[in-house]
Amino acid sequence: MIEAKNLTKHYGDKLAVDQLSFEVRPGLVTGFLGPNGSGKSTTMRMIMGLDTPNAGDVTVNGRHYHDLAWPLHEVGALLEAKAIHPGRSAQAHLWMLAQTNRISRRRVDEVLEIVGLSSVAGRRAGKFSLGMGQRLGIAAALLGDPEVLLFDEPVNGLDPDGIRWVRNLLKGLAREGRTVFVSSHLMSEMALTADEVIIIGKGRLIAQILTAQLIAQSSQRFVRVRSPEVAKLRVALDQEGAATVLEDDGSLTVRGVDEIAIGELAGRLPVVLHELSPQSASLEEAFMELTEDSIEYHGTSTTSTSESKGAGS
Amino acid sequence: MTVSTSPTVGAAQGLPAGRYGMSGLIRSEWTKLRTVRSTMWTLGVTVVLGIGLSAIATAETRSHWTPGNRFGFDATRTSLIGVFFGQFTIGILGVLVVSAEYGTGTIRATFSAAPRRPLVLAAKAVVFGMVALVVSEVVAFIAYFLGQALLTAPAIHSTLNSPGALRAVAGSGLYLCVLGLFALGVAVIIRHTAGAISAFIGILLVLPLIVSALPSSIGNEVERFLPAHIGQAIVSLHTGPRSFAPWPGFLLLCGYAALALVLGGFLLVRRDA
Repeated sequence: MIEAKNLTKHYGDKLAVDQLSFEVRPGLVTGFLGPNGSGKSTTMRMIMGLDTPNAGDVTVNGRHYHDLAWPLHEVGALLEAKAIHPGRSAQAHLWMLAQTNRISRRRVDEVLEIVGLSSVAGRRAGKFSLGMGQRLGIAAALLGDPEVLLFDEPVNGLDPDGIRWVRNLLKGLAREGRTVFVSSHLMSEMALTADEVIIIGKGRLIAQILTAQLIAQSSQRFVRVRSPEVAKLRVALDQEGAATVLEDDGSLTVRGVDEIAIGELAGRLPVVLHELSPQSASLEEAFMELTEDSIEYHGTSTTSTSESKGAGS
Repeated sequence: MTVSTSPTVGAAQGLPAGRYGMSGLIRSEWTKLRTVRSTMWTLGVTVVLGIGLSAIATAETRSHWTPGNRFGFDATRTSLIGVFFGQFTIGILGVLVVSAEYGTGTIRATFSAAPRRPLVLAAKAVVFGMVALVVSEVVAFIAYFLGQALLTAPAIHSTLNSPGALRAVAGSGLYLCVLGLFALGVAVIIRHTAGAISAFIGILLVLPLIVSALPSSIGNEVERFLPAHIGQAIVSLHTGPRSFAPWPGFLLLCGYAALALVLGGFLLVRRDA
């Protein structure tokens, strides 16, 4: 269980996290969604006691991170890929972490096995690919067999096989009753992994909602219609109470009535139809819509955008 | 690279009794130190320069020996000349012990495992301090004995029973160790490898130049407070009239190191990792 109350953090004048309150419950994969720069990493660092909030409070299993007796046994985290000394082997990296929390060498070998790095355990981590670095970070998170796990963008740099593996790992951890908190800027990824999502933008909470509910709410259906007699059809549809928009390409976007009703109406008029196709907005579009007002860095063709350290994703 | 489906994550076991602490952190810091190459490099260069340069300098002195040399000749100091190059290598290692963690991001893993940061700093200081002390003392004693063996008659040599000789040899090892701890403290304050090394070398090499450019009324007063000057007093048979005596000077140096470490520890707690 992770509880954040009015969590606020600013770096200089820049507000990174703004009165953020949420709960991450055990037994579920909770997605932490937001555009790059929305304050996800900052929030995770505050949970881990690495950054101090300017206001508000966050606890893990009811306690501040600083007060945990055996931090690695209670919370595991992957905060950034390849945060490893390039000259140190994967095994040595895990072993030096293990020693701080009285974790056995056997457990180090075990987590290397779990993430599939056993064969390169003795190799210098500087030679690792981004994906291998992610796996090592995940191994470090699992080291103390903790009840609470945080993963910041865990699928970055992984191949499709690796992505599926992480997905199953996260779900498996949640099934064992653990608290699993995973950030991503990709709604599509979260739709496949998370049971619940916490959506933030510009450091503020936009929604905390079950993924299934979000999908149901956000699937805005509409019907695309093409007809040589589009004007005639449009008048009739408007009379039926439908909302219609004539697009630039000559097609008609119809909301409020389904394709069956439109087809029957066309038959009665009669009007020839060239296309009658039901469409639904993707989850990604729904997410974009939700966070549209809170995107910090709009890409433009003339200016380049940069992120400050504090506001990183 | 294959991904196994088993073993799965083990069931949560009961936690060990008590709380994470110093003994685990010291073991961890020792693992960190011995599993990166920079440790071997900096210590290796300390040994090679410390013993090699001392031997070369001493042999050179012996080969150009004239009877006039014996007046004011400090055999102990001559045989320890190379040890002083260890100031830089031990200092760089002291910096790296901290700054490499910031540079690579490992510091966040470290503080996640042990959120009480002053404890981490203490473990670093203990492990690095012990390693630096052992290596420096070994280098100093080997350089000394080798040097004295090279100073064959008619040149004069000293023994550890000679006045001030043991203090100079053991003291030069202590000096390197404490200076290394000072560098470690500077690195905690500055957090960047290049910046911390520059600051450390600046204090060691540039500060004396600045002081020597000051009007002598001020310069002479300030000079004895410089770490490099304190080191010279420790290793020399006779100390200058304005220098601190060897042991008071050494205590002052310990004060500098303690100050850097305490200030570093204070900032460590206050700043975001």
